[in-house]
Amino acid sequence: MGLKVVVTGAAGKLGSLVCRHLVHAGHEVIGLDPRRGVNVPAGVEIIAADIRKRTAEEVFRSRKPDAVIHMATMAEGRVSRDERERINLQGTRALFDHCHNYGVKSLVFIGRHTFYGAAADAPLYRKVDDPPRAIHRYPELADLVAADLYAGSALWRYPEIHTSVLRICYTLGPMKHGTLAHYLKGPKVPMALGFDPLFQIIHEDDVVAAICLALEKQIRGVFNVTGPPPLPLSALIEEAGREVVALPAGILRRVQGRFGLPRLARGAIAHLQHPVIIDGKRFVEATGFEYAFDDEVAIRAFATGTGTGHPAPRR
Amino acid sequence: MENKILTDDELLERIDAIGIPFGRHGYDPYGVDRRELLKNFKRLNWMTQNYFKLRTHGTHNIPAKGRGMLVGNHSGGFGLDGGMVIASAFFDLNPPRLAQGMADKFIGNMPFMSALSNGLGQFTGLPEHAERLLEEDRLLMVFPEGHKGTAKLYKERDTLVNFGSGFLRLALQHKAPIIPFTFVGGGEAVPTVMNLYKLGKAMGVPYVPITPWIVALPLPVRMELIFSEPMYFDGNGNEPDEVIEGWVQQVKERIAGLLRQGRAVREGHLHPEEIRWD
Repeated sequence: MGLKVVVTGAAGKLGSLVCRHLVHAGHEVIGLDPRRGVNVPAGVEIIAADIRKRTAEEVFRSRKPDAVIHMATMAEGRVSRDERERINLQGTRALFDHCHNYGVKSLVFIGRHTFYGAAADAPLYRKVDDPPRAIHRYPELADLVAADLYAGSALWRYPEIHTSVLRICYTLGPMKHGTLAHYLKGPKVPMALGFDPLFQIIHEDDVVAAICLALEKQIRGVFNVTGPPPLPLSALIEEAGREVVALPAGILRRVQGRFGLPRLARGAIAHLQHPVIIDGKRFVEATGFEYAFDDEVAIRAFATGTGTGHPAPRR
Repeated sequence: MENKILTDDELLERIDAIGIPFGRHGYDPYGVDRRELLKNFKRLNWMTQNYFKLRTHGTHNIPAKGRGMLVGNHSGGFGLDGGMVIASAFFDLNPPRLAQGMADKFIGNMPFMSALSNGLGQFTGLPEHAERLLEEDRLLMVFPEGHKGTAKLYKERDTLVNFGSGFLRLALQHKAPIIPFTFVGGGEAVPTVMNLYKLGKAMGVPYVPITPWIVALPLPVRMELIFSEPMYFDGNGNEPDEVIEGWVQQVKERIAGLLRQGRAVREGHLHPEEIRWD
């Protein structure tokens, strides 16, 4: 039996993939996204509304959705930091309140593994009960960390809602979506000299499958979502057909965004020095999730912009 | 330790015999690097055969498989002791094993050093890492004296400083045998006359050891490494501090006894066959 699902951030790259997958699985999908004219898959109704505004609430009031997938949080900046904070926090709050007020049964919050923060003395594999580290050194992530913890607090504030917070590792695939794709965009990719941290990647299609699985299984709690075992950054860059430019961290901070190198947030340099690897066992136990694409396929799909058909085949 | 220089192929065969689940790129899920291991064991092979005069005793006391915790003394200078234990577990045991130490936290911030130590399976010293390695039935190497142990001066070389107790609780919680060992000769190899703590702080390390010839390059001296019988304690790791402390003292006394024997063996007063393992 299909669910009526609201997807926020539905016009985004990953959002549109999730919508397509849900439609294919027989669900009714209502996308909420103020962005116009982008990536709207067939069969998805997109309502151009900001989740903080009245129009969005009206969707909940009149359409009575069963479930929500919340993907409308922002990592880096097309908008000012203040505005981003409002989107990430006020938006998340508004959404949970609507879910509570209009009887939504489950909500999946899409978070990021960067929540845990990179630090020299942090454990290699982070578990969901590990607190975030080194937030002060990566202030650009602070509102996302707060949004993640705020979403988790819904577990006790609104216990009637099946809330799941998914902290997903770097995604990679033909859509070239996300932070890692941005970092690997150009022909030259910077590394911090003398460091080669492990990176954990998951294919876009596997992420979509994991998100939909979390929805269908109505899991509660906080989960790390991972794919194949991690690989060193240098191997990742080389396999993507890019050239490694290794610079001392201090210099890297100054030259980022110039000389053909990607623009990086100041705090992001630490993520090129220390790994943030997450332990995804709990999610696998709760949902039976298995990734379908290994790192080789994901990197090739990213590098060539092709690779798989949608929706994601399951192993 | 057998007297032989191994070829790259022989070394790789031994590395693969450890049973580390290397992936497509030659890294395990923790970043242990097959190629880096090869380079390192080549270096250790040469050093233990041509430079240092290392003798190992009691390697039969190290479990051939399954989890275990090698617990021993630091003997001054820097991590020479750890390197020799790693060499012994790899070259003396059949099949070989990888001794995985817990590196001091400052290493994680040092370029090259952090990548190298991680590639060799020497992770930052955190309980989380120790627990994971034990649960995966790997061989852990622990120096309960911490960096206060490596900072021993020449005159303090065969003494023991205060032992932490975290290792013992971990061993109990994860039902791992403790294999006490001693390393003798590190103090002679790197006879530290003083440690420069302020210079160390400026360089991001705990201290800089100074030898009579200034830099801490080790001398090619005789070194003894003795592993004793495994110790088991009947507990679950939730015992009160004074109980744990008593057991830590038992381990410490065992190591102190080994240390005396090691010294005697090194100076020729004791025949290696007369070493007591308990």
